[in-house]
Amino acid sequence: MLKEHLLRSLSKSIRYDGRKPDEFRPITVETGIIKSAEGSARVKIGRTEVLVGVKMGVETPYPDTPAQGNLMVNAELLPLSNPLFESGPPGDQAVELARVVDRGIRESEAIDVKKLCIKEGEKVWSVMIDVCTINDEGNLLDAAALGAIAALKDTKFPKYEDEKVDYLTKTKKSLPLLREPISITVLKIGNYFIVDPLSEEEQATDARLTVAVTQDNNICALQKGGETPFMPEDIEKIVDLVLEKSVELRKKL
Amino acid sequence: MTDLLKVKDRDIVVPGEILAVGLGFLPGKGTYRDGDKLIAGMLGMVSVENKVVKLISLSGKYIPKVYDKVIGKVIDVLMTGWRIDIGSAYSAVLNLKEATSEFIERGADLTRIYNLDDYVMVQITNVTSQKLVDVSSRGPGLRKLNGGRIIEVNPHKVPRIIGKEGSMVSMVKQATGCNILVGQNGWVWLEGEPEKEIIAVNTIRKIEEEAHHMGLTDKIKDYLEKVTGVKIQAKE
Amino acid sequence: MAYTKRFDGRDWEETRPIEAKVGVIPRADGSAMFKIGNTVALAAVYGPRDLHPKFLQNPQTGILRCHYNMMPFSGHGERVRPGGSRRSRELSMVIEKSLLPVLDLSEYPNAVVDVFIELPQTDAGTRCAGITAAAMALADAGLAMKDLISAVAIGKVDDKILVDLNYDEEAYDGPKADIPVAMTPNSGKITLLQMDGEITKKELKKALEMAKKVCSQIYEIQKNALKEKFKVQ
Repeated sequence: MLKEHLLRSLSKSIRYDGRKPDEFRPITVETGIIKSAEGSARVKIGRTEVLVGVKMGVETPYPDTPAQGNLMVNAELLPLSNPLFESGPPGDQAVELARVVDRGIRESEAIDVKKLCIKEGEKVWSVMIDVCTINDEGNLLDAAALGAIAALKDTKFPKYEDEKVDYLTKTKKSLPLLREPISITVLKIGNYFIVDPLSEEEQATDARLTVAVTQDNNICALQKGGETPFMPEDIEKIVDLVLEKSVELRKKL
Repeated sequence: MTDLLKVKDRDIVVPGEILAVGLGFLPGKGTYRDGDKLIAGMLGMVSVENKVVKLISLSGKYIPKVYDKVIGKVIDVLMTGWRIDIGSAYSAVLNLKEATSEFIERGADLTRIYNLDDYVMVQITNVTSQKLVDVSSRGPGLRKLNGGRIIEVNPHKVPRIIGKEGSMVSMVKQATGCNILVGQNGWVWLEGEPEKEIIAVNTIRKIEEEAHHMGLTDKIKDYLEKVTGVKIQAKE
Repeated sequence: MAYTKRFDGRDWEETRPIEAKVGVIPRADGSAMFKIGNTVALAAVYGPRDLHPKFLQNPQTGILRCHYNMMPFSGHGERVRPGGSRRSRELSMVIEKSLLPVLDLSEYPNAVVDVFIELPQTDAGTRCAGITAAAMALADAGLAMKDLISAVAIGKVDDKILVDLNYDEEAYDGPKADIPVAMTPNSGKITLLQMDGEITKKELKKALEMAKKVCSQIYEIQKNALKEKFKVQ
């Protein structure tokens, strides 16, 4: 949509809602809002809203990790959040969202999965994260990732007795977390880098890079999207920007 | 039996609410009669004129109306014209002869006149019972829109954004120096310096939000003068 | 063991605490949230809009399409696998039938009005909460509606007829019935009626009378939520 006009605005560091290129919209994070979930969070970035719920269960471990708990991340791009989303099985966008959020949590070893083992080779706890989009006005990726980590922090084990999970009784035991990765997506439009895109900015994107970082400022996940290539200098610029902004987002947890 | 009006002008009512009792009141737009009761047939704002009670729509998608000037986006190039998205459930068709008086050869490339994703200002010339919509780009002010940006506002707020004889939108144009075209379908085209465009967009959003408040024109005038420093000359 | 007092201490004719809000999903053409006890329903309306595939189009009138879905973390026990079920298909259909009588879609030939109902948290009475939220969302979307639709589940536990069963009452081990009812609050017409369990004709009559009373109360709440959104300061 009239990209030249958007670029002209960006050349003056003014975005279509008046923000500066490195500015986030107001962010709110609420936890514990869904009683039926073991952990939950509602994240709003501007008017973009997602709900994240964590359910736990007891399953057999994966054959190659017999003493570790299981992790699964699923994303539902609900049709109620965007007129262009359709009912049905997850499309490419939903799968990418889920996998990017998953990568940030799994690869940073955010959850201490060894502590989720009940009986080696037979029974382990399984952590299932579901992201449901409620209103899409851009930047579902960052909202989902922030919601996932906030929901994990909120998660308490349900009671486990006589080989059965009693979901109606929550214990006071929190999910063992080692790290809290923060994920930020930076978009390149022409020669400009912006964070927290509006829907119109997402449509004008040449390339984007999602970077997940830990508290020690280490990078634990990367995902490039878009059809245009990055120059190596771009990557450095983006990582610096993410490290800088991650401080702001981390305060919301 | 006395006629009784149960609501007053500018009240917000919901479907099923009783507006009036008595056969002396006449059902206007958005209302219906059930026995001797006049009932709200949608969510709306009450408007009473003599004995006619009608409701003003506050929300809902744009319904194409003949003579409306709207802004649309070309979504398909056809054999003898273009299909245009005007933000309603029904797309519009712009026929070749309604777009230009030039002679166009059979099989010529129509994209040199209007191409996919172009924005155009057109006028609705016909709406059939099956909601087929015809538009024309021949007429004063109707043309392809180059550059600029498009924002979408609630189509029911358009009259307020334009103002009486264009008085409201011309204040915004004056203060920000932007070109602004408001389509009846709620699509608004703006073009100007980036810092000024933002002010224009924010002002239009303000008018949209406070459309039904009294004294809005003065409020907007003060706001614009404060934010842009431009003294606004009132339109005669 | 007779049921002499409700598990949560309510009166027989008392609903759980209710919250309603309109316009919660800005991108939608109309939207609303309805919460009753611990059951939360979100509804979003998109339309009238283009309808595909073409064979679904009706040249005489627009059609209404309802999609009911529970979020994976909404149930009382294990995670609910996403993707709908036979139950959600049936509910989508009865909800659609419950809303259609008050709508006039004749001005929208070949188009569709889509209603999406999502439940983030459930504790019985989900279809009624969904219908109540959907009615507000349809009004918010500016559609022609003769009336709203209000819905509540009436139940029987033991020998008592009561209003708005919660999960524990639905799961009561003894004689019971669960009767979801949807009505036009101003003319008292019934647009949804289902029942699980066993009751007498006299009990059903009493249940429907109670439903009418409660639906009027719910209408007031829906009305206030709608007016709140469009209120002029």
